[in-house]
Amino acid sequence: MSGTYLGMPAFADAAREAVGNTTLRGNLRHATHTIRAKRAKAVTEVSDWAELREAGKRIKDHTLRHLDRYLVRLEESVTAAGGVVHWAADADEANEIVTQLVKMTGETEVVKVKSMATQEIGLNEALEAEGIHAYETDLAELIVQLGKDRPSHILVPAIHRNRGEIRDIFAREMSEWGRPAPEGLTDSPAELAEAARLHLREKFLRAKVGISGANFMVAETGTLVVVESEGNGRMCLTLPETLISVVGIEKIVPTWQDLEVFLQTLPRSSTAERMNPYTSTWTGTTDQDGPGAFHLVLLDNGRTDTLADEVGRQALRCIRCSACLNVCPVYERAGGHAYGSVYPGPIGAILSPQLRGTGSEIDASLPYASSLCGACYEVCPVAIDIPEVLVHLRERVVQGGEVTREGNKVVLRPAKGHAAERAAMRAARWAFTHAGALRTGQRVASRTRRFHPRTLPGPGRAWSGTRDLPPVPAEPFRDWWQRTRGGKDGDR
Amino acid sequence: MNSRERILGRVRRALAKAPADETPIVRDYLREHGQRTVAETVELLAENLADYRALVHRTDAAGLPVLIAGLLDERGAASVLVPPGLDEEWLAATGVTRVTDRAESTPDELDRVSSVVTACAVAIAETGTIVLDGSPDQGRRRITLVPDHHICVVRVPGQVVSSVPQGLERLDPARPLTWISGPSATSDIELDRVEGVHGPRTLEVILVGED
Repeated sequence: MSGTYLGMPAFADAAREAVGNTTLRGNLRHATHTIRAKRAKAVTEVSDWAELREAGKRIKDHTLRHLDRYLVRLEESVTAAGGVVHWAADADEANEIVTQLVKMTGETEVVKVKSMATQEIGLNEALEAEGIHAYETDLAELIVQLGKDRPSHILVPAIHRNRGEIRDIFAREMSEWGRPAPEGLTDSPAELAEAARLHLREKFLRAKVGISGANFMVAETGTLVVVESEGNGRMCLTLPETLISVVGIEKIVPTWQDLEVFLQTLPRSSTAERMNPYTSTWTGTTDQDGPGAFHLVLLDNGRTDTLADEVGRQALRCIRCSACLNVCPVYERAGGHAYGSVYPGPIGAILSPQLRGTGSEIDASLPYASSLCGACYEVCPVAIDIPEVLVHLRERVVQGGEVTREGNKVVLRPAKGHAAERAAMRAARWAFTHAGALRTGQRVASRTRRFHPRTLPGPGRAWSGTRDLPPVPAEPFRDWWQRTRGGKDGDR
Repeated sequence: MNSRERILGRVRRALAKAPADETPIVRDYLREHGQRTVAETVELLAENLADYRALVHRTDAAGLPVLIAGLLDERGAASVLVPPGLDEEWLAATGVTRVTDRAESTPDELDRVSSVVTACAVAIAETGTIVLDGSPDQGRRRITLVPDHHICVVRVPGQVVSSVPQGLERLDPARPLTWISGPSATSDIELDRVEGVHGPRTLEVILVGED
């Protein structure tokens, strides 16, 4: 993945700082609660939600099980329809392919549809380094780009900004990038949307190259699908002469019919709408309608490594709706930046450590960025059992073991930071298999309970810093049981 | 080894030990939600279009030209984009300058046109969606995007289906499709929906009864 977030502190450190930011917490609370209620309503409107969710899960599992076959099929269909297919094993290769394609057009400007894949590979930075300016055209991406900020949500990258902050960013920065914000701009959302419309229109009208991702790619027909709201997607997909789409290999669905599931579950899960305002589908190129040249860059960048993990591969079912973020109590309080990745929230906590490996401090800490409450699993429209994968990844971090990195099997060593935890577990195992020692230990603990500290010393301090130590009872359970025969004597 | 072979090889190795694919894809979800008469389906389409802030009008073939002329007048439209295969009758009552949809037009030229009138391929009642497929009476994708005012004519009940699954069945994936559910909108400011960003800010849908 991109180097944008290298050197991020572990999740807990970043979250501790974020939690202290009251504006951020207010913004996130307001936004996530608004969307939560709306989503619940949009989902109850369809009586067959459970069946749609199960079908979505199975379609994705089936596709992943035969991914090689469907990739080849997709390549054939796209090529037959006039598109050119490129394959990129990692971020650098994808950036290189796109940069060369843009250079071949002779252009130094591109307009972009919001795309997680191009965020993930750091495409904008790679293009900038080659003298090509990439303009984000999604409203929230524009807010992030103008504010020299980082995205904090999959669907609404500027969710951490409130309307007042957005007004200030527009008023201050728009003139640097093109058409300035209108005089006397207020913080009304309608006026802010209007300012973005005016600012971006000149860029759309002169754009010769558009760059997008895709929500779905249909293997049998070679059709790509982009789901959006604002019309910026349509602008980028139809006005330029050249269109380059960078899409993760897991975005395939086998058949045209399969879209009937996801075009029902995605809008309701993400923006809580019956249907999003605009959905564009295109199959290769169309004579005299839209771009005359279409390039599809198929991106691996850790996806095949994720696919190799039996438990973790279900993360590849994700359709990027962001329902799990909106419902997560940890995300709501810590915000998206603490996750140190373009994929924040519960899905990010299982996706980033798999795409990037658990080598860095932030990636090793992400499986712990959860209370395992399970709300994310409940709302997921493709039934990804996020808590299951989190626990699986925690195990990997603590115990190490075999994983696949860049297509090769490697054996991970147990993480360093968990030495105290492992020592405690070893001690517990010994005590639980030595009944006499356990009994003596429990009695000592009960008798000395008045003197117990409220926090642990030494390496245990971090653990008890966020938890209350459990109170030790006056009498160990096993003694009480023997004395009263389990309360049968009426002694409680 | 090129990247294509590398990626396909990685996929095959990753799946080498995966269990055989035994769970069939069960499509036991509904083909449509609820039972409705044809008239009720059309009514639902009108309701859902209006719910997402499209302006809905109803007329018959005889009333259509006058209705379109009136809508263009109300809007103060100076010019109107016309797809090559649009029924000429539809614009018979208006004197607004017509601009033909041509491949050579630049985006800037399209930006100076006030309105566009098109037919559609299919309309989906449950979601309040109209779908354009680039047929001659709908024109190139960009003509319904750049002008700020789109008038779309739906023939009812012939072009109306209940649900997304039924809509997909009627559509040809080889054609470039645009699904439109209300005027352009955004939820990017505090996750609150605001209508009117880059696409046409006014969407008028005319439901024309078939005789």
